Amino acid sequence: MTLRRLAQGSIFVSIWAGNLALAQSAQAAAAPGVEDRLNALDAATKAAQSAGDNAWMLTSAALVLMMTGPGLALFYCGLVRAKNVLATMMHSFILMAVVTVLWAVYGYSLAFAEGNRVIGGLQYLFLNGVGTAPNADYGATVPHETYMIYQLMFAIITPALISGAFAERMKFSAMLLFTCLWSTIVYFPMAHMVWGKGGLLNAFLGGPIPCFDFAGGTVVHITSGVSALICALYIGKRVGYPKEPMKPHSLVLSVIGACLLWVGWFGFNAGSAVAANGLATSAFVATHFGAAGATLGWLLVEWLKHGKPSVLGGISGAVAGLVAITPASGFVKPFPALFIGFAAGIFCFYMVSAVKNKFGYDDTLDAFGVHGAGGTLGALLTGVFATREINDGLKDAAGKALPLGLVDGHAGQILNQAIGVAISWVLAIVGTLIILKIVDAVIGVRASKDQEVEGLDLSMHGEEGYNLEG
Amino acid sequence: MKKIEAIIQPYKLDEVRDALKNIGVDGLTISEVRGHGRQKGHKEVYRGMEYEVDLLPKIKLETVVPDARKDEVTRAISAAARTGKIGDGKIFVFDVAEAIRIRNDDSGELAL
Repeated sequence: MTLRRLAQGSIFVSIWAGNLALAQSAQAAAAPGVEDRLNALDAATKAAQSAGDNAWMLTSAALVLMMTGPGLALFYCGLVRAKNVLATMMHSFILMAVVTVLWAVYGYSLAFAEGNRVIGGLQYLFLNGVGTAPNADYGATVPHETYMIYQLMFAIITPALISGAFAERMKFSAMLLFTCLWSTIVYFPMAHMVWGKGGLLNAFLGGPIPCFDFAGGTVVHITSGVSALICALYIGKRVGYPKEPMKPHSLVLSVIGACLLWVGWFGFNAGSAVAANGLATSAFVATHFGAAGATLGWLLVEWLKHGKPSVLGGISGAVAGLVAITPASGFVKPFPALFIGFAAGIFCFYMVSAVKNKFGYDDTLDAFGVHGAGGTLGALLTGVFATREINDGLKDAAGKALPLGLVDGHAGQILNQAIGVAISWVLAIVGTLIILKIVDAVIGVRASKDQEVEGLDLSMHGEEGYNLEG
Repeated sequence: MKKIEAIIQPYKLDEVRDALKNIGVDGLTISEVRGHGRQKGHKEVYRGMEYEVDLLPKIKLETVVPDARKDEVTRAISAAARTGKIGDGKIFVFDVAEAIRIRNDDSGELAL
């Protein structure tokens, strides 16, 4: 509207500007009318915005894929023993192919087509109707297909996160079946509830319980982290744990992986604005601040408690901070982001050291201690620090931005967040237990003791990660 | 003939090899090994999980010399590998019954 008025104004000015303008107006009379030119201008403006947004969203999609491979693959593989390095990388890498097929056939539809409160419909089965025309509900300026491929990258990394809990002892075939069932029973419904149109928890598209989750604190991190705990409990400890030393075989690889995760997370969070706008910048800044705060938080308590600040502590802290800031990014200001990160760094340190050792479960790579715990903390703190100064997406009838979290005076949001957290915990626990029972009955979840002792690289894949001789 | 087997700190290998070269001992075999004597290990902590690492990396060096050179060689190794701290390692001397050069069947000290 404003643009159109401006354009009209400039034409009037040019008409008033003498001979040249007269010549132009004569031309205009002969050529297409003013209305047509305005329409063309409108279209050109939209195309320009669409080009900018689409460029950022495709870049973000690529960044999020990079988080799985090589980011998470490297982060995780460095933490296992050398005999399981390839199998651990494969747990991430294979999902880049497997989940893609599920997503194309029915996953995207179950997550994002309009359906009931819990699960999407079948309109987008085989990506039917998902083309270059935008879907105004999800991203009015980018092709619907861009949104689809961007969301696919989230669906890939989420089950990959769980693999940290059963690393070094799960049968590969069982892992594949587990992932297919888990994506279907846990991830697609959860994504629909939080982000799908009409989903139970979708604050922006008509959900009755408005839960804020900008980039996947509940959908990605709580579901994967809590499912990881169930997997660790169900599948049991590794042979020899915790008596035998099971040191990370290459923290160098883990540091590289963690840094790739940090960078990729900008696509994960800032990309969740689904536009190259100010909200994306807010989310980008919050993401970075959260990671920095958590790195320092984790290292501080570790230094005080164990006498030395470890590199593994630093990178674990960074990931914990990135997890915790995921739901909050796009809702919180920079300093609350720094605080959320700092709190997550300290909290997750105690979860992976004190709490895990006290209960004695073998969450091998701390998928629960980092993603489950950090995601839960982040989702709750989002209810505290979310503010309309950052995100004015919720408006009242008069078009005024509604208060979001406690800092806006809306304390009730913490309850909404808690409901979202509870639903994702329950879905993850129940879903994962059922799936593990099924997989165990069909093919058996765990590798044999011999296979485990030999190492999964050889027993599952017939190769070794390091052939250094010769 | 005597076989001299020395367990030394890995970072002392170059000095020991130089010392042996200087007194004309050319043939030797080394291997990377782990072990401990009186030296205590160290503690490593990964996400709150503590590991006592008491099998420390060492170098095992083996060479066979004529009986007459035994003391000279052990002294050279000992002097080069010594730091004066716990963990410097040990030297063991064995009698060798026979030595044969595979290339041409030379035997005894001629084969060394």
